[in-house]
This record gives sequence, structure tokens and C-alpha cells, in this order.
Amino acid sequence: MTAMPAARPRSPAVGYWIGFAVVVGLLVVAPLVLPPFWQRFATEILIWGLLAMSSDILIGYTGMVSFGHSAFFGLGMYGAAAALLTVKPPSLGLAVLYGLVAAGGAAVFVAYFATRLRDIYFAISTLVFSQIFYVIIFTWTEVTGGENGLTFGQPRLSLLGLGSDRFTPTTFHWFVLAVVLISYLLVRRITQSPFGQVLQSIRENEPRTRAIGYHVERYKIVAVMLSGLFAGLAGVLYAFQNKFAAPDFVFFVVSGEVVIFNVMGGMGTLVGPFAGAAFFLLLREGLSRFLTEYYLIPLGIIFVIMIIFLPQGLLGFLRRRLNA
Amino acid sequence: MDQILVQTLHGLVNGMVLAMVASGLTLIFGIMDIVNFAHGDLLMLGAFVGASVLGVTGNYWLALLGAALVIAALGAVLQVTTLRPLIGRDPLTTILATFGISLVIQKYALWQWGPSVRRISEPVPGDFTLFHLQYPWYRIATAVLAGLILGGLWLFLKYGKYGIWIRATTQDRVMAQAMGIPVPLVYTAVFAIGSAMAAASGVLFGPFAGVTQTMGFDFTLRAFIVVVVGGMGNLGGSILASIFVSLLESYAAIVVSPAQAVIVSFVVLVLTMLFRPTGLFVPTPK
Repeated sequence: MTAMPAARPRSPAVGYWIGFAVVVGLLVVAPLVLPPFWQRFATEILIWGLLAMSSDILIGYTGMVSFGHSAFFGLGMYGAAAALLTVKPPSLGLAVLYGLVAAGGAAVFVAYFATRLRDIYFAISTLVFSQIFYVIIFTWTEVTGGENGLTFGQPRLSLLGLGSDRFTPTTFHWFVLAVVLISYLLVRRITQSPFGQVLQSIRENEPRTRAIGYHVERYKIVAVMLSGLFAGLAGVLYAFQNKFAAPDFVFFVVSGEVVIFNVMGGMGTLVGPFAGAAFFLLLREGLSRFLTEYYLIPLGIIFVIMIIFLPQGLLGFLRRRLNA
Repeated sequence: MDQILVQTLHGLVNGMVLAMVASGLTLIFGIMDIVNFAHGDLLMLGAFVGASVLGVTGNYWLALLGAALVIAALGAVLQVTTLRPLIGRDPLTTILATFGISLVIQKYALWQWGPSVRRISEPVPGDFTLFHLQYPWYRIATAVLAGLILGGLWLFLKYGKYGIWIRATTQDRVMAQAMGIPVPLVYTAVFAIGSAMAAASGVLFGPFAGVTQTMGFDFTLRAFIVVVVGGMGNLGGSILASIFVSLLESYAAIVVSPAQAVIVSFVVLVLTMLFRPTGLFVPTPK
């Protein structure tokens, strides 16, 4: 974890891109070799990973723990549902747009209030806001379908008007992979930009950042908004995959899982949340085979043990290299 | 008009139970800077233990005492095993750890007691007539009992030797340690007391709506709200805030459905955090 040797300043980046290419290659090939169940599983990990990564912008880079990401995720789902149910014929682009607008709008609203607060107060206020959205969605049955949620058809894949095609599980996996990759590279670029550096400086020392002259609140609001947008994007993808939107996904449990993904995988690495999501979902899959819904008992214990003994998470030891 | 009176009574009774839940949370926060996400789940577990003791012995008071003792012991064990190693780390890690604990407790309760609703029978039978409506006595008894327990806690903190230890540690833990107070032990004891308060309020709340394994989160959230509205770590403030928020929710329930009335307390919380982040019921800090 010490500073890189000065003699080889470029090598971490080279190693990083080689690793990146290998992982992407594996993910591209995955749907071709995996059986249908695991194929779907891999797609799901990518979507949850995207959601967790969006939260990492706040947890890992700005030092604000959000317990309200389920709201942005859920609003992405419901936004996509709105587009798919009202616009004929269902349009992929419009669904993404609606989802992003819904999630982004909610994020700006939450950010306006929540970013004035710090630490646990921020965490509690994001939790409370997400519960407000949950209550609204749960009780407004005429529009949101209440407890039952909404079901809709999958949109057809149409890129830039180049014909349209039904999604197969394989092409859908590639579609999700492409979206996730673009999002990842974008977020990575953002965290390395001067803007991202300011966020990290807020994490390290907020009063000093303010003293230097940065308008901390404005940076935080933009960070929450960005995070909300990518969370919404994950919600849209999840809606496409499962063809429904349900209030369960706006409930706080999802936010909690997102935080778990981050802690397990390693905060402040962007890749860590994906690893955390994969680790969590695989453990859940394995444990629920013989423990059914009680899988959370051992999983919760593992989580607590990791907090105590492995606070950096699974990929925390790579933190420096991953941000190279 | 009748409805308003009934809702006032309702709000006061709910507020007293909520005050008990919040007092445990605020005590733990005040002394250790721990936001205990598992507080509502300890309450739920206490209610289940109480229901089980009631099923065996048939005595409500034994159930109350048994639940408090069992959950206090559990709280002490949890504090020693998971929270003590986290002392000195970012307070946010304690939120995460207690969140993990809450998941485990919730699923354990599901495993042990199943998904169905358990009833705790009313300790005091009978109704009385309030204008045209029947109002059960046990609700009044519950509020009085909660008030007595809170009063006892207050007296203990104010005049008891160990209560003074606790307050000294809250004020300045380094100085307290220097004066010979065993601070780590005080931490464990406070967590146990807070857990016992949660368990007792679970048993008190039991007759109102039954006991389910999902009731914990709702209480955690509501306790958070009143603790922040009342001022983090401020016992009197939390109690006032509990009654205030419960009354508001009761009145809101006249107009909208109870599920939507919750939003009122959310709004109170957000407004408090924006305009008076130190709490509504505390003097303005200099």
C-alpha cells in the first residue's frame, strides 16, 4: 500500500489495462459458454454492480454514505415502466431517457436537502427520503400499481435506427455489458478529473476544501446527482431484464445491499462494488440452496466479520492500482 | 371533535412507547456515537421473547422482565463481539456493522418463530367510554408504565452511582477514564441498558398490533426520526420529540391513511435537520 516506486511510473496503468481487457474479454465470452441460469446470473451481477458503483461515487470518493440508493434505482425502474407502458411502440431510447429523468430528478431533490448534512445525518436523511418515495409508490395504486407493481414487455433493441431486433439473453447480456462498460469508463474518467479530485478532497478534509475556496455543497449536489443517474440507469436495465417494476426495489433493503456490495468489494475502487455484488450474489445463491431465505444469517455474520477484519474490502488492496 | 380527542390520546400513548424506544437509541448514541441500526430488531426480538415467556408462564410482568433481561444479555454480547473492535473507527462503520446485525436478527426471528403474527394478550382488561368510543384501558396502562420506566431511567442516570458514571463518560470519556471509571465496561452496560429498553418497549407494544419479524425496521426508522428531531444523545429531547411526532402522525391519520401519515414525521425530520440540526427541544447552542 506504499507509494509506487518512482522508477516505473507507467507500469501500474499498463497492468491495469491488461487486467481490464482480460475481465472484459471473459464477460464478453460468458454468455456463450455459460448455461442459461448462470448467463442470467452474470447479467444480474453486472446490473447490481452498476448500481453499487454509482453508490461508490458517494461512499468511496466523496465520503458520504447513502442509504437511499433504492429510491434512484426504483425510480429508474418506474421511469422505464412509464415509457414502455405509455409510448407505442415501446422505445428503448425513450425508456432509458424517462428512467434517467426520473432518477436524476429525484436525486437533485434529495441532494438539495441531504447535502447540507454530514456523516450519519446524511445517511439517515437519504434513508428517510428513499422511504418517502417508497410510501408514495406503495400507496399511489392508480399510477404505480401499488404493491403489485407494473408489468410490461421488453423493448426491442434498436440502435441509431439501424433496424430493430428482439433481445435474446445473449444479446441482452452484451447490451448490459456495453452500457456498464461505458458507465464505468465514464465514472472512472470523472473521478480522475479535477471535479473528481475535489470530491476526494472533500472526503479527506471538508473544512480545508471549503477554505481553499471550493463551493463544497455544489460539488456534493452534483456528486449525488451523478450517482443517482447511474443508479437510475441500473434500474432501467433491471426493468428491461425482468419486465416489471415493483415497490420492493424502492424499499430500504436494496439500499442496504448496495452498501454491503461496496463494503465487501472495497470502497473507492469502482471495480470493488462489482466484485462485492458478485461475491454477495454468489454467496446468496450458494447459501440459499440449502438455507432458503435464511441465507442472510450467515451472510450477515460474514458481512460483520469483514467490517471488523477486512475494512478495505476484497479489492481494497488494489485501490491504488485501480485508480492509476 | 371526538375524533381529535381520541387521536390525541392515541398519539400520546404511541408517543410514550416510542419515547422508550428512542431513549435506548439516544443513550447509546450519546455515549458511544453509535447509530444502532439493529435497535428496532432488538425490540422485535424482545417482543418475541416476551410472547414466548407469556406463553409458558402466562404472566405479563414476567414476560416484560424476562425479555428485558435476555435482550440486555444479548446486547452486551453484541457490543463486546462486534462494536468494541470498532471503537475509534469512523462512526459510519458502526452503522454498517449494526445493519449487518439487524439482518441476522431479523432472519433468526423468522427462523425461530415463523412469519405469522404473534399476539401478546392485554395485561389490563376492559375498556372505558370516551365520548361515544370505547377506549381500552391497557393502552393507558401501557403509557403510564412507559412513563414510569422512563422516570426510573432518568432517576438512575441522575442520582444512581452508575448513572453518574454513564453521564460522566458521555461528557468526557478521557477524563472519566482518568477518574477511574471503567469506560469499556460502561459502554457495554449502556448498550445492554439500551437493548433492554428496546425489548421492554417491544413487549409493551405487543398487545397493540401483534409481533412480526418485520416490525423492527419501522421502529428503527421512527426512533431515528425522533432522536434527530429531539437532538442526538439528548434524553429529554427525544421523549418530547416522540410525543410531538406521534401526535402529529395521529392527527394526520384523520385526513390520510396511516401508511401515508408516516410522511408527516419524515417531513418534520427533514425540516428539523435543515433548520435546527441540533434538535427541536434543546436550547440553541452558543
